[in-house]
Amino acid sequence: MLSCFMMSNHHSNGARPGETDQMAPPQYLKVFIQRDYSEGTLVKFQTRFPQELEGRLEKQVFEATINKLNAYFAEAEEATCSSYCEGCLACLTAYLIYICKETHYEKCLKKISKYIAEQNDRVYEPRGLKLTDPSMRGLRVIEISCLDRPPNA
Amino acid sequence: MSRAKVTRKWEVFAGRNRFYCDGRLMTAPHSGVFFLTVFLITATCTLFFIFDCSYLAVNVTIAIPIIGGLLFIFTMSSLLRTSLSDPGIIPVLLQKKQLMWKNRLRSQIQQIVLLLGHLLVQKKPPRASHCSLCDNCVDRFDHHCPWVGNCVGRRNYRFFYMFIVSLAFLAVFMFACAITHLILISKEENYQFFEAVKESPPSIVVALMCFFSVWSILGLAGFHTYLTTSNQTTNEDIKGSFTSRRGQENPYSQGNICLNCFYILCGPVTPSLIDR
Repeated sequence: MLSCFMMSNHHSNGARPGETDQMAPPQYLKVFIQRDYSEGTLVKFQTRFPQELEGRLEKQVFEATINKLNAYFAEAEEATCSSYCEGCLACLTAYLIYICKETHYEKCLKKISKYIAEQNDRVYEPRGLKLTDPSMRGLRVIEISCLDRPPNA
Repeated sequence: MSRAKVTRKWEVFAGRNRFYCDGRLMTAPHSGVFFLTVFLITATCTLFFIFDCSYLAVNVTIAIPIIGGLLFIFTMSSLLRTSLSDPGIIPVLLQKKQLMWKNRLRSQIQQIVLLLGHLLVQKKPPRASHCSLCDNCVDRFDHHCPWVGNCVGRRNYRFFYMFIVSLAFLAVFMFACAITHLILISKEENYQFFEAVKESPPSIVVALMCFFSVWSILGLAGFHTYLTTSNQTTNEDIKGSFTSRRGQENPYSQGNICLNCFYILCGPVTPSLIDR
């Protein structure tokens, strides 16, 4: 029943926000952009252009998106004075401040979700592709689904 | 579009952890020892506040109950944060398949095949490790601590460290206060020390409790201070990942002791990745 609905509605496949589609079988060809650990454990994704997207997406557009995402994550994880102050303040209040205040990182993740939604609308969906927010995949991969290709194409 | 129920990631990736309050709180499977910890701390502190603090506040200074109260609140807050928050569970896609196989395969040999497959297939981020007790993959896995009833990982290491350190301070403070109380009684009434103990038996209970627990707590605090200053995890230290014998320096170190401490204890931390 649910799967019928999902098939007919092209845009609401699989990864709807706040929901996991881990249990559903893959319906589309999915391209995964892996993490780049060459500079440490900070969140950074590889900018190598995947072959599967050849002819469907310009290399520059892809690289611009990934670079922008990497910049957002770098901003979130950067060890600046303000983030240290945030941590110290939390410690001084016996971590009770976390109950009522959002951290800098959480704000950045929201910004990233917004950016991905906007990129999907403007760039990826017109080309039959769809980006999935990396925080939906535990910040391990960026998933790009090709909405018009079956998984084994 | 009406959505009756949204499946949260923690429901899928629960492992053996238990979740309460719509996923806001979580603990490891067997949390009996955690309740023992909470009981021991609260019981000792209650005895201390009722018998020693009331005497010392009147006879010495009002600062003693204030300092003791603040330390107690800080310790309990860090303890509850450590044990009830997400240690940094990584939602691994393979979990679903593992569960399927686990249900299907029962015999020993198949279990070994499963384990091998698990080791080969799963792409584990650096510093993450699988906790066999919680059956979950934890980022920057330190160890599974039965005393706090949770894994200690990237997201709750700072709470854990602060808990250990503040508990060490609390134990030393209570020990000193209880002994002071006994000595003051014996001086006041010209008693022997033993007679003072008879006068106020809860003080000696508090003093003994603190005396016996403080050594292990101080040791642990020292060990974790060493780990924090060198930006290692207990897991890496036990495995000897970065010993000089191997000739490999710790690649995660921030450069110097202060930076490592700051980065671990106050630096930015990833929000929970399982939609809690």
